[in-house]
Amino acid sequence: MTRSPPFERPVFGPRAARFGLYAFLFVSAAFFLLPLLLVISNSLKPMEEIRQGNLLAFPVKPTFDAWVTAWKSACTGLDCGGVRPGLWNSVKITVPAVVISTLAGALNGYALAQWKSRHANLIMLLVMVGLFIPYQAMLYPTVKILSSFGLFRTYCGIILVHVVYGLPYTTLLFRNFYVGVPEEISRAARMEGASFFRTFRSVILPLSTNILVVVAILQFTGIWNDYLLGLIFAGNDNLPMTVQLTNIVNNARGSASPNVNMAAAVITAIPTLIVYFLSGRYFVRGIAAGAVKG
Amino acid sequence: MRTWLHRQTFRPDITVVVFFGVVAVFFYGSILWTGYMSLTRSTLIPNYNFAGFDQYIRLFTNQRWLVSCLNMVIFGVLYIVGTLAFGTLLSVFADRRIRAESLFRTIFLYPLAVSLIVTGLSWRWVLDPVNGLQGLVRGMGWESFTFDWLTDPDRAIYTLVIAGIWHSAGLIMVIILAGLRGVDDDLWKAIRMEGIPLWRAYLQVIFPGMRPVVTSCVVLLMSDVIRGYDLVIAMTKGGPGIATEMPAKFAVDYYFARVNLGLASAASISMLVLSLLLLAPYFYSEFRRRM
Repeated sequence: MTRSPPFERPVFGPRAARFGLYAFLFVSAAFFLLPLLLVISNSLKPMEEIRQGNLLAFPVKPTFDAWVTAWKSACTGLDCGGVRPGLWNSVKITVPAVVISTLAGALNGYALAQWKSRHANLIMLLVMVGLFIPYQAMLYPTVKILSSFGLFRTYCGIILVHVVYGLPYTTLLFRNFYVGVPEEISRAARMEGASFFRTFRSVILPLSTNILVVVAILQFTGIWNDYLLGLIFAGNDNLPMTVQLTNIVNNARGSASPNVNMAAAVITAIPTLIVYFLSGRYFVRGIAAGAVKG
Repeated sequence: MRTWLHRQTFRPDITVVVFFGVVAVFFYGSILWTGYMSLTRSTLIPNYNFAGFDQYIRLFTNQRWLVSCLNMVIFGVLYIVGTLAFGTLLSVFADRRIRAESLFRTIFLYPLAVSLIVTGLSWRWVLDPVNGLQGLVRGMGWESFTFDWLTDPDRAIYTLVIAGIWHSAGLIMVIILAGLRGVDDDLWKAIRMEGIPLWRAYLQVIFPGMRPVVTSCVVLLMSDVIRGYDLVIAMTKGGPGIATEMPAKFAVDYYFARVNLGLASAASISMLVLSLLLLAPYFYSEFRRRM
């Protein structure tokens, strides 16, 4: 995907067409950058400049005051601790959920790739359909199941929900990867008498670094950006950042200070943006892999 | 004897069974449960007395639900067509040996890393009639300039489309671009030898050959539409009035805020049936290819 375009691709002929092409690309780039730049630049303005109402103006006296307020004293309606507790909650939900759902997906994906049965196709179909089931059709029973184990609105509960709901996706991504791994590798380990888990851990996992990174990045983005599951399953003590952010913005007092709201939004978006910019190639590869499900 | 021994030591089937058990309970078990709830008169407390299709009759005579469905269709069609068209244009242009391709790609794709909550909030601020673009243009002297779609009940749904396209066009670009890079050099050579104009080459030769890629794009976007919840919450909260309500929001509201379990379950099952109907052709062809 990152390799340079093949030589045969013709360059747009006439100079005018070439100019139009770049004009379109620049206008598109402006469209994509506009919201982010506006939000960042306004989050750096003091209230006097916000009141002047010129959204596009650069901050005259840039200040991080709004960021500081958003970080530790903006009110969510429950309390006035800013997004800081939300950041910590999101970290402690996302990290274990990503690790568990990725590794479990790898194990299941390998098992599905190795498993030869006439039912294999049926299982694959049921798992694939699982990717497209609207969460709404599963929410209430999941609440009930978790409640009966005392896990509803707890820290373990939200992690469990993320892992289970993410499992079909991670499993299919890994399965598609492992189907392409030469059968001889597994067979050799098998001949040595290695068990399934042993083969997976010492032979297959070390081969899977790339796909592990790809899946982990996709899962990180998905779980960090989740709103609905966090809102329902996390409980008041573990609300993730996305939920805290909407609480701050929708709080009656919050509407008075857009710069603080915008700063809170930027802070919430920073972790996934960092991952995106650091991992560009893997991110793109993951998207291409994830798109061709099955 | 030999194969028996191997089975003892190498058992992927156990893992498959455990994994599928989890999927069966949490996904398909939940669906059955929700389906049953939708056939009862449950409100705040689940009530397992069978009541036939009462809830579905109530659902499909409920103004808010009907508006939600209509909104989903309007949003869905515009969002899917718009995102596909824009993403495809970007990918075609990016495939024309442009300068700084990776910079452009980085800019086009980054919204995908931004949550739909932050996406919705950002666009809500940009399109806000008082403080956003409209106020800005008026402040520059064009007093009559009007762009108040966000607060106009007839137009608010289109602001969701704009934000949705902003979020997903890069995804479609990357997927289609991967497909374009896979087009055989010989095909391009032939196209050039025949002297076929570029636009015709794309429309009649290249894209028809990429049907599976385009199909999976449509499937991805369709599941975004049916699941669409976060964007509405962040941007319009279903308003003004009920102008931008969506089925996903309807179901969640009736589950947790209005606590009407039966009606919410009926709404959820309707969403599920709709997604399965829309996806059935895709799964049918996928499956036949596999067999």
